[in-house]
Amino acid sequence: MVIHIVDRRLNPGSKSLENRQRFLRRAKALVQGAVKKSSQDRDIKEVLEGGEISLPLDGMHQPRFRREGGTRDMVLPGNKKFVEGDLLPRQGQGGGKSSNPGEGDGEDSFRFVLSRDEFVDLFLDDLELPDLAKRRLAEVESESIHRAGYTTSGSPANISVSRTVSRATARRVALRRPRPEVVAALEAELAECSEARRAEIEAELESLKARLRRIPFIDPIDIRYRRFEATPKPVAQAVMFCLMDVSGSMTEHMKDLAKRFYMLLYVFLKRRYRHVEIVFIRHTDKAEEVDEETFFRGPASGGTLVSSALQAMHDIVRSRFRPADWNIYAAQASDGDNAISDSEAVARLLTEMILPVSQFFAYLEVGQDSGLTFDMPDSSLWRLYERLRLEGAPLSARKVCERKEIFPVFHDLFKRRGKQERVA
Amino acid sequence: MAATDQLLFHGADWDFPTLQRISDACEEIARSELGLSIYPNQIEVIRAEQMLDAYSSGGMPLFYKHWSFGKQFAYEEASYRKGLMGLAYEIVINSSPCISYLMEENTATMQTLVIAHAAFGHNHFFKNNYLFKQWTDAEGILDYLEFAKRYVAQCEERHGSQAVEQTLDAAHALQSHGVDRYAGKKNLDLRAEEERAGKRRLHEESAFNDLWRTVPAGPVKSGAVLSAERRRKLLGLPQENLLYFLEKSAPRLQAWQRELLRIVRHIAQYFYPQSQTKVMNEGTATYVHYRIMTRLHEQGKLSDGNFLEFLKSHSNVVFQPEFDDRGFSGFNPYALGFAMMQDIERIVTSPEQEDREWFPDIAGSGDAMAVLRDVWANYRDESFISQFLSPRLMRHFRMFHLRDDPEQQEGIRVDAIHDERGFRRLRRELARQYDVGFIDAAIEVVDVDLAGDRRLMLRHNVVKGAKLNEADAVRVLQHLANLWSYDVSLVEVDEADVVLKEHKVTPSTVAAVA
Repeated sequence: MVIHIVDRRLNPGSKSLENRQRFLRRAKALVQGAVKKSSQDRDIKEVLEGGEISLPLDGMHQPRFRREGGTRDMVLPGNKKFVEGDLLPRQGQGGGKSSNPGEGDGEDSFRFVLSRDEFVDLFLDDLELPDLAKRRLAEVESESIHRAGYTTSGSPANISVSRTVSRATARRVALRRPRPEVVAALEAELAECSEARRAEIEAELESLKARLRRIPFIDPIDIRYRRFEATPKPVAQAVMFCLMDVSGSMTEHMKDLAKRFYMLLYVFLKRRYRHVEIVFIRHTDKAEEVDEETFFRGPASGGTLVSSALQAMHDIVRSRFRPADWNIYAAQASDGDNAISDSEAVARLLTEMILPVSQFFAYLEVGQDSGLTFDMPDSSLWRLYERLRLEGAPLSARKVCERKEIFPVFHDLFKRRGKQERVA
Repeated sequence: MAATDQLLFHGADWDFPTLQRISDACEEIARSELGLSIYPNQIEVIRAEQMLDAYSSGGMPLFYKHWSFGKQFAYEEASYRKGLMGLAYEIVINSSPCISYLMEENTATMQTLVIAHAAFGHNHFFKNNYLFKQWTDAEGILDYLEFAKRYVAQCEERHGSQAVEQTLDAAHALQSHGVDRYAGKKNLDLRAEEERAGKRRLHEESAFNDLWRTVPAGPVKSGAVLSAERRRKLLGLPQENLLYFLEKSAPRLQAWQRELLRIVRHIAQYFYPQSQTKVMNEGTATYVHYRIMTRLHEQGKLSDGNFLEFLKSHSNVVFQPEFDDRGFSGFNPYALGFAMMQDIERIVTSPEQEDREWFPDIAGSGDAMAVLRDVWANYRDESFISQFLSPRLMRHFRMFHLRDDPEQQEGIRVDAIHDERGFRRLRRELARQYDVGFIDAAIEVVDVDLAGDRRLMLRHNVVKGAKLNEADAVRVLQHLANLWSYDVSLVEVDEADVVLKEHKVTPSTVAAVA
């Protein structure tokens, strides 16, 4: 019998994709909850990794008629020492009751892996993120030159020899320009032929040579030049500065608000730039660059000098991130406390050093959990930034008390920025 | 060393001509030495990802779309990626031609093993076992699945995916009670099914006349109240195939909903024999691959190294952890099945005195393959174990029987062990573990209150005090009520006809059904 062997390896995979999407659609609320929960435990950069989430199976449960309780009988292998009539204690060890493993396992909640895109979509969907890609952020652009086909005019240095010759060949063939060998062969024949034939050949040679003269080997219309185009190339890397006040007055809640804002900014930047770096600067009365863990969780105490953080940021920009190569974004979170005497230093650093090199500077003033945003009194820092803004400094400031306000504020900040740009 | 040019392959690499050579060599042995009778074979080589796809649709190459398969897929993909789960080396489909999926990662030895196992072992079992013959239509299944997939997609287009999803959810919940357990009607012909559905739709379309909608319905005939006996007879009650009952008798289902129930029911029926023959099916396939591989090695077609590789995976497959082992999850059907097949061979060819007492019919009859082929054709797990599990094997596995009776405060009782007093009881208990009659709850439709509120009445015959899980039962009944579109009640009754519990459910949305 002939056996059929079929190679299915090249068949398109992902046959289950549609079922998977149906499942996600059905589980949307659950998945969103899980995504939200899992994003709380994640580091900022991991937000975009996608990855595993755990779902409670309540809504996704597929009920069956199942029986439970009653007298259970089981036949098991591997008897060591039991004899008929033994009574095995229920809770104890002794291996008496192995409670049918494998039954009901993994049914209460189950873990599965979301792809990166699915995760980000759900993460942003949860926040009802509008299509931010349409809003333009100012970008530092550099130009790059690249080939863009051929042109009929240009500098001699850019002549494309191969293109020109091939066009000339095509034209010569099309117009039937006699080949030199044909002419040479006729001339050779002319040298040793009979009289009668001679006249014939001469006439033919004449017409061929006339044709040769009329149809040039290379015509100016054959010539092609390589064309170059300069295109603005967005700088594909960005650095995001997270500045945060970590003095004693900042509560966990405030830090969580700040973290969510940073996350959004990171997601946003990550969608636009190939490479995004994050610099964490925390400050009390002096500033230091730290890693993320320390940034959000590390203990610190002391007074508050915002200028120290700005100075640190400025130093880091100067040493590591050349503004020509990097898009610089900064987001500052604070509860608004600042030493009165520091105001002038802050104003000067911002207007002279930071804002000129930054794409965007956002200030987020975070309040108490129970607080109402419009109730928040204007803090010293807020009043200072407000004054700078009125004087025309391109910075944005918002107040936030609750998690759910983070996204609207974020959205708002970028929308405003878009308007300003159009005016400019 | 025998002439190496006899080898089917060298090393671990294979290509398609190798597969062809392997299957030819296997077939030679399968036909001439084992006397197997098989469907034509089709071997398909697939990638791991495709294997995962196949997992989530019950191993079938195509299936209708439903979110639950996506859930299954998400779950399996996660376990696979984390390394919690290895993938099977093959999947085989009970169809004609018999399709075996082989993983591309398998080495040449593994491909040989898998071809012998699936394309010959399982294939023979599918073709010859009475349950498969009776309940499944190997020729028609792939066409039927194709039809089901198309039909579900059409329904989604016509009636909206949500309505279809609701109906399928409900049907899936009742799937385990959507099979005929006893033969009686004619065999299933899936191809005719498909034609029937097509014809019915054509007829509906051709006979459609909007005017009929406007014809006033006559007064309801409130004739004499049917006697309970006659009513039940008309409705075909009692009926334990809940899906069949709903399909035929639910008053307010649309034609397409009935067809969906029918599809789910047919597919459940198709898989039903597989759940009853796990031990036998795997035992047969493992025995066949063991015989074929050993023979190939004897014939010099398999090198010593490759044979060792085979033995290693073979012994992994038939490993039976003991009950107190961390990896224990019940009897391994491969281990139990293979051990029993080998044991039968031993009893037939070189019986001991004990075997002659226990198995007078087959002991020493000489032709092992004839006996095995007969066993493979005419038994299912439950009858197979209760007939052929020998005392020797019970001793080998050191089996014992535990009875966990909640009434017994002192603990769990060891009811029988592998000794002279216990053999028969052990065997009966183990056989019962494989009896679908005991595995699934015995639920049947007993009556409909036609004169009153059209309540559908079900009854669960409680065995050994095991009642239904309340939360799940209510959910399933909810689905049932939504299909029935009137109230549904279920009583749980024990052996002495005492009502232990009653569940009542009202349909949640009439709109979804109407």
